[in-house]
Amino acid sequence: ALKDGLCSQVSAALKEGRVTPTELCQRCLALVKSTKFLNAYITVAEETALKQAEESEERYKRGQPLGILDGIPIAVKDNFNTAGIETTCASNMLKGYISPYNATVVQKLLDHGAVLLGKTNLDEFAMGSGSTDGVFGPVRNPWSYSKQYKEKSVPKSHSEEESDWVITGGSSGGSAAAVSSFTCFAALGSDTGGSTRNPAAHCGVVGLKPTYGLISRHGLIPLVNSMDVPGILTRCVDDAAVLLGSLAGHDPKDSTTIQDDFKPFELPNLTDVSKLSIGIPKEYHAPGLSSEILALWSKAADLFKNAGAKVVEVSLPHTRYSIVCYHVLCTAEVASNMARFDGLEYGHRSDMKDSTESMYAATRREGFNDVVRGRILSGNYFLLKQ
Amino acid sequence: LAPWIPVVGLEIHAQISSNSKLFSGSQVQFAAPPNSLVSFFDASLPGTLPVLNRRCVEAAVMTGLALNCSINKKSLFDRKHYFYADLPAGYQITQQRVPIAVNGSLSYSLCIDNKMSQMVTKTVRIKQIQLEQDSGKSLHDDTRCQTLVDLNRAGVGLMEVVMEPDMCCGEEAAAAVRELQLILQTLGSSQAVMAEGQLRVDANVSVHHPGEPYGVRTEVKNINSIRFLAKAVDYEIQRQIEELENGGTILNETRAFDSKLGCTVPMRDKEGKQDYRFMPEPNLPPLILYDTKSLPANMNHQQVINIDWIQERLPDLPSVKREKLVEQYGILPEHSFTLLNEDGLAEFFESVVKQTQMKPKKVIGWILNDLLSYLKQHSLTVKESPVSSILLADLLNLLEKKEISSTAAKRVLAELWKGEGKTPLEIVKEQKLELLQDQKELEQICQAVIDGQENEVIMMVLG
Repeated sequence: ALKDGLCSQVSAALKEGRVTPTELCQRCLALVKSTKFLNAYITVAEETALKQAEESEERYKRGQPLGILDGIPIAVKDNFNTAGIETTCASNMLKGYISPYNATVVQKLLDHGAVLLGKTNLDEFAMGSGSTDGVFGPVRNPWSYSKQYKEKSVPKSHSEEESDWVITGGSSGGSAAAVSSFTCFAALGSDTGGSTRNPAAHCGVVGLKPTYGLISRHGLIPLVNSMDVPGILTRCVDDAAVLLGSLAGHDPKDSTTIQDDFKPFELPNLTDVSKLSIGIPKEYHAPGLSSEILALWSKAADLFKNAGAKVVEVSLPHTRYSIVCYHVLCTAEVASNMARFDGLEYGHRSDMKDSTESMYAATRREGFNDVVRGRILSGNYFLLKQ
Repeated sequence: LAPWIPVVGLEIHAQISSNSKLFSGSQVQFAAPPNSLVSFFDASLPGTLPVLNRRCVEAAVMTGLALNCSINKKSLFDRKHYFYADLPAGYQITQQRVPIAVNGSLSYSLCIDNKMSQMVTKTVRIKQIQLEQDSGKSLHDDTRCQTLVDLNRAGVGLMEVVMEPDMCCGEEAAAAVRELQLILQTLGSSQAVMAEGQLRVDANVSVHHPGEPYGVRTEVKNINSIRFLAKAVDYEIQRQIEELENGGTILNETRAFDSKLGCTVPMRDKEGKQDYRFMPEPNLPPLILYDTKSLPANMNHQQVINIDWIQERLPDLPSVKREKLVEQYGILPEHSFTLLNEDGLAEFFESVVKQTQMKPKKVIGWILNDLLSYLKQHSLTVKESPVSSILLADLLNLLEKKEISSTAAKRVLAELWKGEGKTPLEIVKEQKLELLQDQKELEQICQAVIDGQENEVIMMVLG
């Protein structure tokens, strides 16, 4: 149940005065500082976070907290617009860009009293699955510094040890690392082709990709408009439910959100799984799957089976076409969405002044990394008639 | 020499008359300070999304119905990509695959000769009407090697009306556009004032010999008035004929009309043939419209558009208004055209008719010959007329009651134009223009004249 989640426990502690929002915020900020080597954060909004914590404290003193999330420190992936706080998408194109508006999901979190610690690192413009290709450098998986990992690796020289770390996965690697390293209780990521679920798996946290249309994309700088969703990263499933409950619902500013009223829900304590039917797609047993993953997959299936659920093999016959289709659709929309970055209205503008065309070309060459440029070229190729 | 058949089609962009833009809430206003009507979405700030303006859809439906189109109950939005300084997103949102209205027609009339004594009705097919965004404006400052960009107009709603190549000359094109303009103004879906850029016309022109396939067509842009439209089209037809008769070929190109020189010139090459890389607009679901039959029972009336509801509330179109004028007042069809062609003239005419005993058939002469020609001479609109309908009605009443002659009436009218605030009766008294009805008085005056001119009278009698 929701009351078992970490957020609920913290919320209870805040209500009872066992800890204050300001203390909580300060501790998290200190942890952010001491885990700087993870490179999970691009921007730390220390001043505004402390101010938000202060305001939360006032509300708790008056006995009027805004909800479970009031005073809870959270982080937001740096492809969400945050008014007054830099939004870079880990790209030279938007270095220094201060958006004048909040993404709807950011606004909702703030309206619930959450404390925004900062913006997290990602692959440039969310293009990638490692969080290694951003302009601010790669994100390091906190588990790189775990006992298990250290024990596995051969003793090395100090400099080799420094560079011996594993990736977070991506593209929401910064958010996953931030949650995994305890610097915040929840983080927003984005998911188009796995960008929330992938880093969640790598960093050992819960990653939820909500169904398209459930949560507003207004203010999420798009990769693929027809597939993007804001993603939720937490340390337990109940917290993910809390976040989903506070973010879901129709947004008039996003015409692709479902019109129906969102009905808030509570996660039941699932003790009886006998009515549950679990399908295992046979095509997912693909060539190249590591034995470790296969074993874990089987283990999970066995867990459900032994608990009484029905576990059956299913077929998703078009699986082998999915990645190809994804690439075509994704690059086509990327080519389209990136067309607005021309240096005219905002963002980086090249010094090249010979003509509008040359200014555009230089700006885009200077502002985008190879991955972004590669996808734009592919996408335009697919969109061309001839 | 084998005869040539000119073929003319038109692409017309009409700015939708609405408070806010097609996909954002910023205001629509002519001649506002630069970049003062630009929302985050209009400026293409990353993360912003389009939200469809209901009023713009209604305007397009009204226009489609008035042009006898089928309204597509499901239409789609697409992105049309090209890079230009006045297109912040790098693409325009338009309707390329399935537009909102298709397969309509527009009837318009032409006079056979210049005297407007015989009118003939023609029809042009409307291929489609689509909703799309307008672009911003860019001004090239060559002296300082810079381009100034004003995004006030970026995102304003447009209806693109595509007329099939059913026209054959400048006069037909002009008449068709004039009629469309009147229809749009009557509906209120667009103010359609060409001078303010609310109505823009591009012409597609080609020529061919009878029995042969259509020739290569050129597109003519930069046409700023209906008069120039006729000139541009006729010039281009002539140019093509001359070119072909001299053994040349016609290039499939875009040409601009130069109003000073009265000719078309090739436009600066816009990167040859453009591939617009069309793609569905993923942020907008299909546009669904309903009629009374398909309207779901418990649908919120505010959330949907009912085509039948709009149809029922369409005002009288110009063609209907003209018929009514002819029927009600017994005027000629040509007269009804002139009345509707001039903003406010029909209302003025009806107002005069109400206030005078003179028959409408006689009033119309005064309206069309005297009033209108004076207004034209002084470049005034009906609204700006120094002679109000009341004054004219008073004057016509004096004439009708035979208190003055028609010559005298014309003199009074000339005096009224001065706008000095005198009534017709005052002017008549001032200038002693009263018709003398008394037979004896008349005889006395004539006798006095004859008495005073004895020599001339003798000369006349002698022949």
